[in-house]
Amino acid sequence: MNHIYLILTLVAYVLSFVLYFLSLETGKLLAGRLGTLLLGLGLIAHYFALLERSRGLHTVPYHDLYGSMSLFGWLLAVTYLSLELYHQQRSVGAFVLPFILVFFLAAHLAPPDRMPPPTEHGVVFALHVTLSILAYAAFALSFVLSLIFLAEQRLLRSHNLGNVVWRLPPLELLEQMSRSGVLVGLISIAVGTALGFVAVDRAAGQNSYFDPKYIITLVVLALYVIYFRLARTASWRGARASKLCIFNFVVVVLSFTLVNLYLSHSHRYF
Amino acid sequence: MEIVLVGLNHRTAPVEVRERVSFTAEQTQRATDELRARGILEETLVLSTCNRSEVYGVPPESSHECAPGLTSFLSEFHAVKPEALNGSLYHHYDRAAVDHLFRVAAGLDSMLLGEAEILGQVREAYRFAHEHGGTGPVLNRMFQGALEVGKRVRTETELGTRPMSVASAGVKLAERIFGKLTERTALVLGAGTISEQVVSHLRDKGIAHLYVMNRSRERADHVAQSYGGQVVGWGEWDEALPKPDVVVSSVSSEEPVLLRGMVERAMAARGNRALFLMDLGMPRNIEQAVGDLYNVYLYNMDDLSDIVRQNRSARENEIPHAENIVKEHVEKFLSWQASVELVGVVEALRNRMRGERAAFIRTRVESISHLTESDRLHVEKLMDEMLEKLLLEPAQRLRSEKELRRKIQNVEALRDLFLRGEDKP
Repeated sequence: MNHIYLILTLVAYVLSFVLYFLSLETGKLLAGRLGTLLLGLGLIAHYFALLERSRGLHTVPYHDLYGSMSLFGWLLAVTYLSLELYHQQRSVGAFVLPFILVFFLAAHLAPPDRMPPPTEHGVVFALHVTLSILAYAAFALSFVLSLIFLAEQRLLRSHNLGNVVWRLPPLELLEQMSRSGVLVGLISIAVGTALGFVAVDRAAGQNSYFDPKYIITLVVLALYVIYFRLARTASWRGARASKLCIFNFVVVVLSFTLVNLYLSHSHRYF
Repeated sequence: MEIVLVGLNHRTAPVEVRERVSFTAEQTQRATDELRARGILEETLVLSTCNRSEVYGVPPESSHECAPGLTSFLSEFHAVKPEALNGSLYHHYDRAAVDHLFRVAAGLDSMLLGEAEILGQVREAYRFAHEHGGTGPVLNRMFQGALEVGKRVRTETELGTRPMSVASAGVKLAERIFGKLTERTALVLGAGTISEQVVSHLRDKGIAHLYVMNRSRERADHVAQSYGGQVVGWGEWDEALPKPDVVVSSVSSEEPVLLRGMVERAMAARGNRALFLMDLGMPRNIEQAVGDLYNVYLYNMDDLSDIVRQNRSARENEIPHAENIVKEHVEKFLSWQASVELVGVVEALRNRMRGERAAFIRTRVESISHLTESDRLHVEKLMDEMLEKLLLEPAQRLRSEKELRRKIQNVEALRDLFLRGEDKP
């Protein structure tokens, strides 16, 4: 059964990517709409694939790195689809789908980690992890949108429009979408982090009260708050804010990899 | 049920001829009524735009026979000597007429390849003719098909998506930066023809505020009044420049009018919000260094002309896609037309055979003396059954098999074969 959901998810995401790409390349509305529909179907199949994987391994999806990556891919897709529907803008789908596909494939094609079954952490902990991953997914989306902004802006300023500029979202809309993504991320990470502290408080004795991950998370939170404030100011709006958003995401990646791998006691998957 | 089209357009007639043969709404109505009253056409539709005047119709007789009458009518109706129209008018019949209309609706026959307005004009012409009783089953079907072609070409190809004039390219670029222009402000420097073109496009896009600055106050007033804008006194830069998101400049000046320092101050005053500058002056009105400022997008005439050139080539690449859609719908229409005509032919054939049967019975069966009245009736019934059997299956297949209808599009051949000398149904 697991393979069926895997295959369905893969097929839906690949087709969605192809259709979004076609829509971007040819400007056909129908292709874009079908891309959205297939992304929605992919999300449903992906949800069941996550469920099956967790049941098969008798653990939660975020127990190991691969499960977390798959959950990240799923939440990235959810966030993107929400922003697409909210802003009525499909043309960045072709740029986001490859990321979703990479995380999905990396998670499901890799062999499962041989980790001991997790101890019971409760709902608060589950929400803490899920919201944190949602925040990372939203920041990743803002990162992609900022990259597109910078590329489009460069093309517009150099007067080298080619075919694609006519189909990309307007620069100001990209900025808005990026800010929306950051807002989702900020709310998620703020609530998720608070819940994390609650979970730690409840599980006193099992976890250390101090973990370097706390500091980097607070740094990430602060950086995105700064971005959110600066992105609307005179001297930062536009390309500078986009560069800051990209920098912030690099810090997020460091937090997710280096800090988890070498520094954190209670956030490592390795 | 043939179709005829007589008309002229920008390719075949100079503007002096086109304007003499164009139709107002009142003339369209009158021409439609007269053409039908005189028996020249049974169904009529007049399509008149600034670049074309065309009369589509379904004649009572052969379309080729009706064309001279239609030409004379046009000449008489517009009081233009027939020789003045020589070489300007084109005549298309049946498939060619359908193909022409579908190409027109697709924007393939327009002066500006892929322009969108023509589809609205075809829709309006059809609505007018339909409401005034000019159209019948054939033209209804044909124009509905044309509207479908136009819609498909615009959604499935890129024939009409990219700007094809400097003015529209500039406005489209502004949309690439700001999105919808409905909450934006524009400042127009200079009030010449090209400025007016840009203003017209900006108004079409719903620009919220429009300021006009020109050396001649009178001319500025004229443009501002025409497009619902406000006049700003020439040289009041510090007041005028921080407001707009889009600046269009087309001023006659040997030296740049907008210098880097001026725009720098304006950007500071407007909180560095993006500013799009269109320099349409020759020599250029805006100092080139302005383009280096943060969040400033500067395009001059050459930049915009390059974009138009690229777009023209991109549109031309879409022609084969649009042609395929036209072809598909022409076949669809002809198949429908054949089916309607074939059903009529089969009905005529059935009536003819019944008549033959009656004559046959009269001359042959009644001469057989040993047949009783009951036998004769029985023979008649058997013959009727046989005729029905012979015709029923083909009639049913014609109704249900699209492919068969496509194959038998030349109904006239069938008519000639079986019904020579009979009137059309």
